Amino acid sequence: MIGALIGREIRRASTGLAWLPVAFFLLVVALMPFAVGPDARLLSRIGGGTLWVAALTAALLPVERLIEPDRADGFLDQLSLHGLAEETIIAAKIAAHWLTFGPLLLIAALPAAALLAMDGSSLVRVEIALAIGTPGLAALAVAIAAVTAGLPRASSLAGLLLLPLAVPLLIFGAANALLLEAAFSLLLTAGAPFVAGAAIRASRT
Amino acid sequence: MSAFLRFDGVTLRRGGKLLFEGLDLELSPGKRLQLIGPNGSGKSSLIRLAAGLLSAERGLVKRSPLALADDLLALDVDLPLGRALRFWSKSADRGLDAFGLTILADVPVRLLSSGQRKRATLARVVSSGAPLWLLDEPLNALDDDGAGRLASIVDDHVAAGGAVLAASHQALAGEWRRMELGA
Repeated sequence: MIGALIGREIRRASTGLAWLPVAFFLLVVALMPFAVGPDARLLSRIGGGTLWVAALTAALLPVERLIEPDRADGFLDQLSLHGLAEETIIAAKIAAHWLTFGPLLLIAALPAAALLAMDGSSLVRVEIALAIGTPGLAALAVAIAAVTAGLPRASSLAGLLLLPLAVPLLIFGAANALLLEAAFSLLLTAGAPFVAGAAIRASRT
Repeated sequence: MSAFLRFDGVTLRRGGKLLFEGLDLELSPGKRLQLIGPNGSGKSSLIRLAAGLLSAERGLVKRSPLALADDLLALDVDLPLGRALRFWSKSADRGLDAFGLTILADVPVRLLSSGQRKRATLARVVSSGAPLWLLDEPLNALDDDGAGRLASIVDDHVAAGGAVLAASHQALAGEWRRMELGA
């Protein structure tokens, strides 16, 4: 059942505009040269941070479709009746969400780095930090989606909740403090299923 | 044989409103129970409580493996009906057949009418293999043919030692023990 659930999540994400967050990511990056001017030295210096800001904002886009459709449609109820714990459901959703979000983002970072005139070594550093940080970002997005599911204006609220909580990922990632980045990413990934599971149970009133 | 579903002194409150208090209920193999009562009397809440989707304020609920059909579709609307149902059960064909949905197996769920969607949720219950069926307003949107099929499937299930708890303000075909919930 868990394998089927992950497969279903991946299928749904990839048939339903999986490229949208990535396109948004590239768009945010492409705004940067317009905003600060075409100075290649300046751009390459702020390149790593820019990629992180773009990744954070891109992580917001799919939040609305991660949990709420399944809650409203009774899908989560039926999964629970099949004996899956809410935490397990969320863990499966995080895995599937990362698979449709993380690797695409890592690929999109290549043209993004070119737009910002970043050199090879700083690109490699950002790619490694993104690879470590995106699981945490995916887990955070799923947890926020569960906490805000069913609320009015959930997507605006999700932005207000997600961005501050993702700041440590941004700080450690942009500063290339990989161990701290890994620790925080792990904390988010491990904690999100419990937060989101409790949120789903609490929403059943 | 022990009961498939048992409520001991169960109290349920939703949104500050007391729906029922000290409720006892037992559903043994081969039995069927219909919940009746006006709108808002807590029939659906009792079903969700029996399913474990709500928790009681007081009291004890014991349940066997069960399947639930309510007004929520819980099927991927972009998939063909057969594939969407097979996500939930390998023996989905049995449910499709029981509700005359086999010819619709290749039709995307989003194109189904509300009566066909209702049949699909009931088909999921039939193919679940669970001994206890919880049906919330099973006759909603069903035509006469659908209601007839439901009645004979429930008869078969009960005859095979299963149990059914249904909430409906309409009369269900067959011999049902009734339980009335107050408004």
